[in-house]
Parts: sequence; C-alpha cells; structure tokens
Amino acid sequence: MTTTAIGHNTHLAERAYRIRRNALLMGEVQGQGYIGQALDIADVLAVSYFHAMRYRPAEPEWEGRDRFMLSNGHYAIALYAALIEAGIIPQEELETYGSDDSRLPMSGMASYTPGMEMSGGSLGLGLSLAVGRCLGLKRKGSDARVYTLFSDGELDEGSVWEAILSAAHWKLDNLIAIVDVNNQQADGPSTQVMAFEPLTDKLAAFGWFVQRVDGNDLDAVVAAFDVAKSCPDPKPRMIVCDTKMGKGVPFLEAREKNHFIRVDAHEWQLALDALDAGRTA
Amino acid sequence: MSRPTPAPATGAKPKLKTSAMIASIAGEGQRTTAAPFGNALVELGKTREDIVGLTADLAKYTDLHIFAKAYPDRFYQMGMAEQLLMGAASGLAHEGFTPFVTTYAVFASRRAYDFVHQTIAEENRNVKIVCALPGLTSGYGPSHQAAEDLALFRAMPNLMVIDPCDAHEIEQAVPAIAAHNGPVYMRLLRGNVPLVLDEYDYKFEIGKAKLLRDGADVLVVSSGIMTMRALEVATMLERDKVDVAVLHVPTIKPLDTATILREAGRSGRLVVVAENHTVIGGLGEAVAGALLRAGVHPPFRQIGLPDEFLDAGALPTLHDRYGISANAMAASIKGWLG
Repeated sequence: MTTTAIGHNTHLAERAYRIRRNALLMGEVQGQGYIGQALDIADVLAVSYFHAMRYRPAEPEWEGRDRFMLSNGHYAIALYAALIEAGIIPQEELETYGSDDSRLPMSGMASYTPGMEMSGGSLGLGLSLAVGRCLGLKRKGSDARVYTLFSDGELDEGSVWEAILSAAHWKLDNLIAIVDVNNQQADGPSTQVMAFEPLTDKLAAFGWFVQRVDGNDLDAVVAAFDVAKSCPDPKPRMIVCDTKMGKGVPFLEAREKNHFIRVDAHEWQLALDALDAGRTA
Repeated sequence: MSRPTPAPATGAKPKLKTSAMIASIAGEGQRTTAAPFGNALVELGKTREDIVGLTADLAKYTDLHIFAKAYPDRFYQMGMAEQLLMGAASGLAHEGFTPFVTTYAVFASRRAYDFVHQTIAEENRNVKIVCALPGLTSGYGPSHQAAEDLALFRAMPNLMVIDPCDAHEIEQAVPAIAAHNGPVYMRLLRGNVPLVLDEYDYKFEIGKAKLLRDGADVLVVSSGIMTMRALEVATMLERDKVDVAVLHVPTIKPLDTATILREAGRSGRLVVVAENHTVIGGLGEAVAGALLRAGVHPPFRQIGLPDEFLDAGALPTLHDRYGISANAMAASIKGWLG
C-alpha cells in the first residue's frame, strides 16, 4: 500500500468506513456482536491492513506476510470485516457470521478461518504467541513483522506481563503490539476493574518503545505505525490506542458504556444509516 | 486435616529423609543411563535443524541443559513463566520449528493448562511438551507431585500422551515423537534413569502396547515406571507359583485398545492396571472404559495413587505407603488372588 500524506488519509477513511459497515452487517445477521469494539478499532485495522502490513490477499499463508495476531478473539467481527475488505475472506461469507458451520464464528479460530493467525476467545494468549512467532521469524532470517492487537482488559492477565518481560528480553524489534484502551471490560471500566495506568510509563520501564495516540485519529495512527516500523531501537514496539466504543455511530457512542453493547433488531439499519451520514459529512 | 505428632525415631531403623526434589528413582544397584532425554535430543538435533528447546527456568532439572550446551543458539530460556513458555512454543511451531518444551509436569498440566489447550492442542501445533516429576516421583509434596497429569492431558483433543518406562524407551521415544507431526505430552525421567527394557528386546512404537512377558494367572497392564515395578513383581511372584504377564502401554493416548482387549480377553486371568498416577482418569480408567465398551469383563483391579493430596517424605516410604512399590504391589496382587 502506498503512503498517503499526513492529513490526507482519505482512502484510509473510506477503508475504515467499509470495515465498520461490514461489521454492522455482520451484527445484523447475528443479531448481536461486540459491535462497540468493532467500531472503535476499525481505524487501527484500516491502517494495519491498508497502510502498514505486507500480505497477499489470495495467499493468506504467504511466507513473507506480516502476521496479524488477534489476541482479543471477541474482536473477530472487526477483523473479519477487515479481512473481507482486504479480499482475504470473500464478501459473500459475511452473511454466515456466527451461523452454524460458518468459517466466521463469534471468536476467531486459527484452525479454519483464512487470515486468522491464532485461536482466540481465552484472553491473554496473543502476546505469548507473538513472542514465539517473532523468535521464529528471526531464526528464519525473515524481515516479516508480527502485529498483535490486544485489549486493555487483558492487561489484568499475568501472562501478558510474562510476554511483555520476554519480548524486551529477546529484543523483539519485529513485534508491534497495539493495545486498545477503550476502557471497557466485562465488569466495567477497565481502569476501575484493575488500575493499569500510567500505562505508557509502565511499558517503557519494561523496555518497550511506546507511543500513545488517539486510536480514532487516522493521521495519528498512521504516524505511530510509521514510527514503530522505522524505529531503530532493538526493542519491541507498543502503540497504546485510546479509542471510543461505538465510534462512527453517534447513538451507539452515546449509549451507556458497556462491554457488550445491546443493539435492538431495528437499530442495525439505523446504525448503518448513521454511519453513512458520517461518511458524507 | 490434622496429623498426629510423630513419635521420635527409635530403635535401629532411622526414619528416611525427604528425597531431594530431583532424586533418581533408580533402585540400589540398578543399571542406569545418564540423561537419556537430553542426549537423545542432542543426537536428533544433528539432523533435525528445526528442533529447538525451550524451558521455564528448569533446563538443568529436565536434562535440557545438555541440548542448550550443544546448541546454544537453538535454546530459549523463557524464565519462570509457563504460560509464556507454551504460547511461545506454539508460535515457534507455527513458524515451522519443532519445539521441545520442558518444565515439571505439575506446571505444564496445572498452571499452563489453558495455554496448552488453546495455543498448542486446539491449533494442533507441532510442540513436544516433555515434563519431569510425573506422578509421584518427588517427595517434596503436592506442589511437585503431578498425580493427575495424565487425566488432565488425556482429556485434551489432539494431544498425544506418552508415559515411558526407562532410559531405553526415552531414547527411542525422542526421535519417534519428533517424527510425529502434532502435539505430544511426554512424561520425563531425568538424571540417572533406570535401564530395564533393553533386556526385553523392546522397541518403542507410538500407539503400541507390548507384551513384555506372558503369564497364566495375572495380566498387569502398566505404563511408565510401573512397568519396571510390574516386571520386578512378576519375578517376585514366581516364588509363589503365580504366573504374571506384563503388558506395557507407554502410549496413554491414543490407547492401543486392540492389544489391550486381546490380552484382557484371554480367560482366567486377573487384570491389574498399575500406574504412577491417581486412580482417577488415568490408564486404569482408560482401560476399564475400553473393556466395558467392548463387553470384556475380566476380574479387574487398579494399582495407583489415592484420590488425596500426598505426603512429603522419602520416595521409597511414599511408594510403599501408597501401594506403588514392588513390595506393596506384590502384596496387593497376592491378596486379590486369595
């Protein structure tokens, strides 16, 4: 993908719009889904798949690809939306989301979904897997990178900190981790469930190269990915993305904040309409 | 549970001391081989460059240090972090390597279970989990006694489960599990490991139970160190005119049901399953289930660890106490025969 000048990421805005739209369509099919998260992370996924990453849509297992690890498996609806937009999953499969025998179950599965690099669902797995992938890529002399998306709630898991220690120990400069700080987890605001701030300072103290950006500001996200890729430090890179649940659909943004946003049957079309309104605005 | 104040040791026989955490299970005067796992892995590593070793601060205690010394750039010290250990091994396997992962059986099974389940077994990654201190092979207490590792790992789809008997078998099992494309859990004996099966013209084959000796009165079905105990018991019981057959079942999963049914179906024999494991969920119940499902109903008994947290102490004391020493096992069998 070519880089668009900062401030003019219109093609990425269009990609993000289409990822959100795919996610809403899947939510409508299933009647539910982690749509708040899908909407908040769409911009990060647009930048990952249409600016930062190297891959071949027709060849999801291409050896030279950058690996994208979805640690927060419940965000699968968002990643499917991006994989469809990227041409890795056929558009027509969207309608199977969450249905019996679908390749697109509600939580991501490496064993049968194209473009899914790990089986998620149990939180706190992704960074440990990513450490192994990065060690393996280095062993092979590959210049491919590993991108790992996880959520702020996963910071509660001890295994995440095992991997954070380890990635710095092994100087995994081929690892770009992205933590989605939407400040929502199952039992409430993540910062109240288990205080993790000041996150940037903590991660830097653990030996990571850390940036913190508004994860819904495409220009900022593009810049952060560019810096993460070009940084010469022999350190793993972390991009802390502050995001807004329900982003792009104002009435969902305004809805009482909840890990699992309830959307009534008639509201999916309203959400699509609201998304479209924002697109042309 | 309270326990009574112990009486001071009196008389000629002093109480034994708690065995060192990594005490050898070899009996006095028994032939042994040093570090069969570590040396076999070094040998295999000469031709298999895809093999890498990972441990969680237990290289020295799992004989992986020998591999680390031979191939320092193929060894990954992951620190005392078993979840990371399993996840990272899965990641390396996904990139085409064949990781041999070592820790103690308690930590692989009890602490890292979900990581093994999700990142290794479910994703069907080519990871070999090789764990020391299986069953009751440590006198250190429940923290280090993996009495339930087989039950936990048997219940995991995709995962092959191996319980080798001695150094001879470990040496053969290492290349065999490396040649198998898929996740494996193997119990490990480390340090000076008894050498027994070389005298039985024995060859390890994945998924195969082997009759080591025949006998008309009792069929012992066993795995791991209980096979060497069973062979000892068979010799002991010859003096009592009791004829004991020993069927060694090193692959707990997939179970060699055909051979087990064939041997257990021979009429007139007491079938005794002996395992270094809790009687819940291990080889005993696996065999019992296979027999029941096939309608084969011989007299059936189990020798194994009780469903309780085990004592700390000297291994010989504990093996006697819980009925898995050769003497205790012989006494049980004689009692059952009446």
